[in-house]
Amino acid sequence: MRANTLLAVLGAIAALLLIPPLLSSGSDDDVGDQVRGLRVLVPNAPGGGYDVTARNAAKAIEEADLSRRIEVFNLPGAGGTVGLGRMVNERGNGKLVMSMGLGVVGAVYTNKSPSSLADTTPIAKLIEEPDIVVVSKDSPYQDIGQLLRAWKADPGALPVGGGSRAGGPDHLAPMLMAKAAGLDPRQVNYVPFDGGGELLASVLGGKIAFGVSGIGEYRDQIQAGELRVLAVTSKDRLPGVNAPTLTESGVDVVFTNWRGMVAPPGITESERTRLVTLFTRLTSSAQWQEVLKRNGWTSAFQPGEEFGRFLAAENDRVASTLKELGLV
Amino acid sequence: MGSFASLIDGFGTALTPVNLMYAVIGVLLGTAIGVLPGIGAAMAVALLLPVTYGLDPTGAFIMFAGIYYGSMFGGSTTSILLNTPGETAAVVTAIEGNPMAKRGRGSQALAAAAIGHFVGGVIGTLLLVLLAPTVAKLAVGIGAPDFFAIMLLAFISVTSVLGKSRIRGFASLLIGLAIGLIGLDEMTGQQRLTFGSLHLSDGIDVVIVAVALFAVGESLWVAAHLRRIQAEPIPVGRPWLGREDVRRSWKPWARGPFIGFPFGAIPAGGAEIPTFLSYVTERRLSKNKDEWGKGAIEGVAGPEATASASASGTLTSMLTLGLPTTAVAAVMLAAFQQYGIQPGPLLFERESGLVWGLIASLFIALVLLLVLNLPLAPVWAKLLRIPRPYLYAGILFFASVGAYAVSGDVVDLIVLFVIGLLGLAMRRYGLPVLPAVIGVILGPAAEQQLRRALQISDGQVSGLVNTPMSVIVYVVIVAILAWPLIRRLTRRPVDREKIDA
Repeated sequence: MRANTLLAVLGAIAALLLIPPLLSSGSDDDVGDQVRGLRVLVPNAPGGGYDVTARNAAKAIEEADLSRRIEVFNLPGAGGTVGLGRMVNERGNGKLVMSMGLGVVGAVYTNKSPSSLADTTPIAKLIEEPDIVVVSKDSPYQDIGQLLRAWKADPGALPVGGGSRAGGPDHLAPMLMAKAAGLDPRQVNYVPFDGGGELLASVLGGKIAFGVSGIGEYRDQIQAGELRVLAVTSKDRLPGVNAPTLTESGVDVVFTNWRGMVAPPGITESERTRLVTLFTRLTSSAQWQEVLKRNGWTSAFQPGEEFGRFLAAENDRVASTLKELGLV
Repeated sequence: MGSFASLIDGFGTALTPVNLMYAVIGVLLGTAIGVLPGIGAAMAVALLLPVTYGLDPTGAFIMFAGIYYGSMFGGSTTSILLNTPGETAAVVTAIEGNPMAKRGRGSQALAAAAIGHFVGGVIGTLLLVLLAPTVAKLAVGIGAPDFFAIMLLAFISVTSVLGKSRIRGFASLLIGLAIGLIGLDEMTGQQRLTFGSLHLSDGIDVVIVAVALFAVGESLWVAAHLRRIQAEPIPVGRPWLGREDVRRSWKPWARGPFIGFPFGAIPAGGAEIPTFLSYVTERRLSKNKDEWGKGAIEGVAGPEATASASASGTLTSMLTLGLPTTAVAAVMLAAFQQYGIQPGPLLFERESGLVWGLIASLFIALVLLLVLNLPLAPVWAKLLRIPRPYLYAGILFFASVGAYAVSGDVVDLIVLFVIGLLGLAMRRYGLPVLPAVIGVILGPAAEQQLRRALQISDGQVSGLVNTPMSVIVYVVIVAILAWPLIRRLTRRPVDREKIDA
C-alpha cells in the first residue's frame, strides 16, 4: 500500500509540472493583432545584450497589452549562429522571432555558418547602443590618451577584453580603434569573454588592460565609481557619462552596436505584417520609452523592409572590415 | 553592526504571513524540482518568472530563493536512494550515499545530507551577511591562471575516485573528456566532433550526460539483470542518526561551507567543483578509510554542506556585483531586471528593504527545509520498496522529461539514450561512471581557463603562475603528488624489517 501511495505522490508531482504547459498550449489562438504564444529566441546566455533587449521588449509588450504570453528562451552558442541556424530551420514558423544584432552579422563570417541573416525575415531594428572603453577604478590609465600611448608602445602587453568572440561588435570596435590609432589590428591581443557579465568580472578585477563593451550592462558600476569610462565610440558624447568620444580624442572611429528582431524564413505575408506591426506598436508605447530610458539605449527603429536594406548594408560593411583585418 | 540591524528589519519583512507563504511555496517547489533528475532550479525560476509578474518583487524573490535552496536539498535525495543525481551539485553525494542506502542506511544518509544543507546554508548565509562586499571584491580578483590551477588540482584529485582499477577509472575519465570536447571551440569557433550537426555545436549539457550515465545507465543495467537475479530486499534500518553518525559528521558539516562559499562567489565557480573537492578532503582526513566507497557518512555530510554554502556564495556575487556565477543566478538576475531593479554595488542602498528581506527569508527557508526534510528522510527511504519495474520506469520517465526540458530539443533525447547505452556498457565492463561526469564538467572549463590565461599573458607560459593564489595551489598539488613518495621513503625501514622477519 505504501508503494502505491508513493507512486500516487510521484504521479501528482508529474501532473503538477506537466499539465500547466499542456493546458496553456491550447490557448494560443490569436486575438486581433496579438501574437499569442510568441517565442523570442535569444542566441546568447542570460544577462547578455540580446537577452536584456528581448526580456525588456517582451515585458513591455505584455505591459502595454499588445500581446500576451511571450516566452523568452536562450539558445546560446557560436556568437549567435547556433540560434540563427535554429531560426532558419524553423521555416514558416510565424510565432518565433530572434533577438539579434551586429554581433550575429560578424559571427556568420567568422564561424563560417551555413545559415546567414539573408535567409531570415527582417522584422525591426529596435535600438542602438554605443560601446565604451572601460577600465577599473584602480587602473593606471586615467584618460584615453594615456591608454593609447601605452597601447601603441606594446600592443601585446595590453590585453583587451570584449564580450564577444572574433567578428562581434566588442571585437570589431577595438580593431577599428587600433587601425585608426595607427596600429596593425593583428597585433591587438584580444581576449574573448562569453558576454558582458563574464567580462565585467575581469575588468573589475583588473585582469585585462581595458574592456570594450556596450554601456547598458555597466551603468550601475560606473555610477558607483567602480569603473572608469575612458571613451565612448558614438558620434556624440553620452548624457551622464563623463568621457570624450573617440573622434574627439584623435581616433577617427564612430561605432555603434544595434539590435533588432528577425523572424524565420518562409512565413506568410500576413504573419510578417503582424510581427512588424507588433514591434512598431511596441516602439511607440510608453512602456518601451521607459525601457529605453532605464537602459540608456537610443531608439533606432526601422520596420521590416527598411531594416532589411540596412541589414544588407551592414553585412557588406562587416564583411569588408573583417577582410581588411585579415580575419576572413 | 549595521548589517545586523538591517537583518532584523529584514526578518520583519520576511515574517509577514504573505511572504512566509511564498517562502513555503518556494521550498516545496524547490524540493520537488531538486528531486526530479534534469529539471534544475534555473529552469524552475525561468518558468515561474511570467507567473510572478503580478507579485511584488519581495514576494517573488523570497519564493525564488526558496526554490534555489530547496532544489539543493532535494537534489541529494534521488542521488542517495537511486544513484540518480537530481542536480549536478548532488553527483558526488551518490558515491557514498548510494552504498549507504543499499546497506539499509538510506535514512541516515538523507538525514546527514539534510543537516549538512542546513549547516552549510546557515554558515554560508551568515558569511553573506558579514562579508558580502569583501568577498565579492576578492571574487573578481580571481582570474584565469587561478582557475586553471584549481582545475588542475581537481584533476589530480580525480584519481581518488577512480575506483579499484586505475585503468578503468582513467578510461572513464577520458570518455568524459571526449564528450566534453564536443561543440564549437570557445576561442576560434572551430567545430569539434559535431559531425556537421548544428545541434551538437553547443556541446552536450552536463545535466544530460549525468542523467544519462547515472539514471538511464542504471535503469538499463537493472533491467538487464532483473530476470536472472532475484532482487535482494534492501534492509530498512533505524530511521535516525546515531551518536556515532553525528560524531563522524559534524566536522565535515563544519568544513564544507568554507570550501563551498568561495566557489559559489567566484565567476564560473558553481557547486560541482567544490563538492568534489570536499569529498576528496573528507576522504583524506577520515580515520575510517576502509569504509570509503562502501558508504562513509562523511562523504555525504561534507559535499552536501558545501553545495548549500555555494548557493549562498552565488547570491553574494549576484547581489553585490550583479555578477551571475551560475545559471540560477543568471536567471534571477534577469528577474531582478524585469522588475527594473539592477543588482550591483548600489543595490543595498537603493533596495535595502528588499535585499534584507530576501536574506532573512534565506534563513527562514533553511529552517523550513530542515523541518520538512528530516521527518521525510525515513519516508523517502521507503521509496526503495517500490517494485523495481515501476520504480525504474518512473526514473526513465523523469529522466526523459528532464533532458527534453533542458532546451526543448528532440536531439537531446536521442543523445540521452545514446549516452545511456554507453552508461550500460560502462557498467557491464566495470567502468566507474563518476570520473566520466567529472571529465565532462572539468574538461571544457579547464581548457577555456588555460587558453584565456595564455591569451592574457600574450602567450607567455609564466602567465599561468603570475598570481599568488595560483602559486599556492600549485604548491598544494606538488605536496599531494609528493606525499606518497615521502611516506614511502619514511616507511621503508619498517618494510625491510618485515621482509627480514
